[in-house]
Amino acid sequence: MKLELRGITKTFGALVANDHIDLTVQPGEIHCLLGENGAGKSTLMNILYGLYRADSGEILLDDVVQHFSGPGDAARAGIGMVHQHFMLIPVFTVAENVMLGHEESKFGFLDLPAARARVREISARFGFDVDPDALIEDLPVGVQQRVEIIKALSREAKVLVFDEPTAVLTPQETDELMGIMKQLKDAGAAIVFITHKLREVREVADKITVIRLGKVVGEAKPTATNAELASLMVGRSIDLTIAKSKVKAKEPALVVEGLTIHNAQGHVVVNNVSFQVRAGEILAVAGVQGNGQTELTEALLGLQDRVMGTIDLDGKSIRHLPIHKVLAEGVGFIPEDRQEDALIAEFSIAENLMLDRADGEPFVRHGALQLAYRTKFATDKVKEFDVRAQGIDEVVGSLSGGNQQKVVLARELSRTLRLFVAAQPTRGLDVGSIEFVHERIVATRDAGVPVIVVSTELDEVLALADRIAVMYEGRIVGIVSGDTPRDVLGLMMAGELPAGTKLAA
Amino acid sequence: MSAVTATSPVASGTAAGELKVSYKTPITLGIFALLGVILLVVFGRNGTSVFNFTASNAGAIQLPVVSMPGHLTGVVIAILGVLLALGSGLMARFQRRTPLWYITIFAVVLVTGFLVWASTGIPHELHVTGLLVGALGLSAPLIFGSLGGVLSERVGVTNIAIEGQLLAGAFVSAVTATITHSIIAGILAAAVAGVLVSFVLAVFAIKYVVNQVIIGVVLNTLVAGLTTFLYQQVLLNNIGALNNPPVLKQLPIPGLSVIPIIGPLLFDQNVIVYFMYVAVAGVTIGLFRTRWGLRLRAVGEHPQAADTVGINVGRTRFWNVALAGAIVGVGGSYFTLGNIGPFGANMTNGAGYIALAAVIFGGWHPIRATLASLLFGFATNLGSVLGSIQSPVPNDFLLMLPYVVTIFAVAGFVGRVRGPAAAGRPYIKS
Ligand SMILES: Nc1ncnc2c1ncn2[C@@H]1O[C@H](COP(=O)(O)OP(=O)(O)OP(=O)(O)O)[C@@H](O)[C@H]1O
Ligand SMILES: [Mg+2]
Repeated sequence: MKLELRGITKTFGALVANDHIDLTVQPGEIHCLLGENGAGKSTLMNILYGLYRADSGEILLDDVVQHFSGPGDAARAGIGMVHQHFMLIPVFTVAENVMLGHEESKFGFLDLPAARARVREISARFGFDVDPDALIEDLPVGVQQRVEIIKALSREAKVLVFDEPTAVLTPQETDELMGIMKQLKDAGAAIVFITHKLREVREVADKITVIRLGKVVGEAKPTATNAELASLMVGRSIDLTIAKSKVKAKEPALVVEGLTIHNAQGHVVVNNVSFQVRAGEILAVAGVQGNGQTELTEALLGLQDRVMGTIDLDGKSIRHLPIHKVLAEGVGFIPEDRQEDALIAEFSIAENLMLDRADGEPFVRHGALQLAYRTKFATDKVKEFDVRAQGIDEVVGSLSGGNQQKVVLARELSRTLRLFVAAQPTRGLDVGSIEFVHERIVATRDAGVPVIVVSTELDEVLALADRIAVMYEGRIVGIVSGDTPRDVLGLMMAGELPAGTKLAA
Repeated sequence: MSAVTATSPVASGTAAGELKVSYKTPITLGIFALLGVILLVVFGRNGTSVFNFTASNAGAIQLPVVSMPGHLTGVVIAILGVLLALGSGLMARFQRRTPLWYITIFAVVLVTGFLVWASTGIPHELHVTGLLVGALGLSAPLIFGSLGGVLSERVGVTNIAIEGQLLAGAFVSAVTATITHSIIAGILAAAVAGVLVSFVLAVFAIKYVVNQVIIGVVLNTLVAGLTTFLYQQVLLNNIGALNNPPVLKQLPIPGLSVIPIIGPLLFDQNVIVYFMYVAVAGVTIGLFRTRWGLRLRAVGEHPQAADTVGINVGRTRFWNVALAGAIVGVGGSYFTLGNIGPFGANMTNGAGYIALAAVIFGGWHPIRATLASLLFGFATNLGSVLGSIQSPVPNDFLLMLPYVVTIFAVAGFVGRVRGPAAAGRPYIKS
């Protein structure tokens, strides 16, 4: 089915999120949408799917103008969407999620066997391994995404939208998804693919459209270089490799010995892990998602119960401290899930910027908020970190992903730090924002702060790390130097330490 | 505070490492067993306790009357309780959770012990079947209320207004049945009254996005005020013409109603109670086995996801809240038509709030909410029965009993139950 968008315009208050956007996607084509955070890509797709109503413009399928009054209409017309934030009901099974909205009944009762068969049939067609009776909340994100794909396919979608599907996937899962998308394309689907990762674009795209500030600013060929694409997106040239001075080796600042963590079910998720981070160096923790990295960073902050071992910062144990004391020790933290754990969506930018400073001067005096100081502080930080917003009183929830992350970064880096822990600091960010975040992390290191960066992206690990600790199934496979070749790291991420690898710890 | 919202802000445990199944249940059982020992052994009473199992309306079949030596029986039961508590401790020791049926047995044993103790050495027999029948009667409106609560919470609308819906149902059914001389008309009118209260709740909660707890409380106050006003100004002056409804008769089900204990308890009831069985089964099957239930639950868990597959969130919420109101309204008619007849001011007396507690204690599940309602009904009736047979238990304690049971039940045995994720949260589209 051919999809055509004509002159789509959408405003949110004073903000023009989509400004007369035209886009045509042919059947059997993968069409990539590129653009900075907040460029308006998700907004456009939500209009296509009937979730938002456009102020003006038309949607055509096979040259017929469509009038969607809601997502149900869009789905019936053959549009399927894999959302940036999954639209799955956590307490339902896979089969229930897939059948929801177009359930088949037998004698008035849900025909679950038919739904299961449907899931199995589609899974078999694409080589998925999905149990129709598994609860969504028990499934890893990669599998949840497959459920979203199955959901779309079970309604015979001919136009498929993938909104940043790879942001939460491991490299292997990403490769598999690329394969699936090619399969779908060969089956004649028209595919819209939104991503910030230029390598993926190059791998699957047939056509590329770049959006900036709500407008289409150009098309590009998949053969375009990274630098060309990046500058088209951001409107300036981007330095994709960051300049980093040599590490000036200092004393170990953070010393972790024999750290073991159990999860709530009693399984060991971090197994006897020991490492040191020196002041002024970046230790990157690499590994496939779910190998204990999340728990490790949370334990450093005091967010995990059931922890054994020692965590010493500058010679003082911080393991038994409650979180507010850990923060007071000068630990800055960027959690993996910024929306859930780092920000209060309904609070303004200014309020979020002072969240962990509410217990004393200069933000609070005699129990009263110092609003003038807060305003000045927020204004400065918004400027310094280039947060794109309508003002410091805008609620954080309506910012685009990249700008939300900048708010977190601004808050955490505006204190005097003695340790900085960043988990997936650039997840979902555009190239311009990635460049910015990386520069700030390196600047923090250069100021003599020990830094831990957890990332599942090898590109990011290699760009930032002075040393790399690779985790697999809760253990550190080895700590190697920052210039270790990709293939060695790849093997280590699968739990193998190639013979002759030089360790750096 | 960057991450404090994530997990409980308790610092990492001191002697962490070895992991255990919680000892909360065994400890709770242990405390109760200990109380049992103190009551039954230390303060054991001499004399005999007489249990009569024959229902007052049981016709032909007479069951034996059981006489027990009070103190000895008490000691045996106390020992049994201690053993059961120890058993639960052993299970925890071997990393096993104490199952619900085990806790139920424990509760039945201890309650029996308490009954024996309370009925020892008094001049009356304890009519066990009567105790249970009365409990079911007190539970019926609670069950209707909690079914309505389960439905509206499951679809994502917090329903504090159960109390108001019960009261409206009671009032309207009494007046309608008096005027029309038709009990069926009265019951239907009660359903309509419940729906009307629901409409107000739904319109304000869904369309105008007003805080649902506030609307609920306001509605309860409004209905209470309105019915009391009308009762005093209108009904009291025209009792014969407006507040003198017929009362439902018992309809024994042939065959089933003669089964000892169970027969008189379950199958010699009035139409409203039979309708209640149907409602419990219908809501349970409907919620978990039909398209209606799947969509309802989807809307209450993740309205946006439901929206993206083409389910109209607002409409689904609106009509299911209305349906919940109808069910609760029928429950309200039990106070009048199913029980004493005429309406009395504030006659629901907080039953709606107990039903709300049953919804939560029952983990938002219709069957478990029903069981929770039965438990509250039993505790309430136990209080009044023991009061009436001159047992040594102080009256004030008996009045407190249902609430004590609630607190212990919720604190001791319910883990952290999780309600529908979007309950009480309005869904706003851009
Ligand atoms: N519901 C909303 N209310 C107000 N503003 C909104 C809303 N949704 C999006 N916006 C604004 O519209 C702009 C476009 O947002 P959109 O989510 O489409 O960006 P995007 O291109 O998908 O970015 P990202 O790559 O970060 O996902 C942003 O400035 C955002 O703040
Ligand atoms: Mg987006």
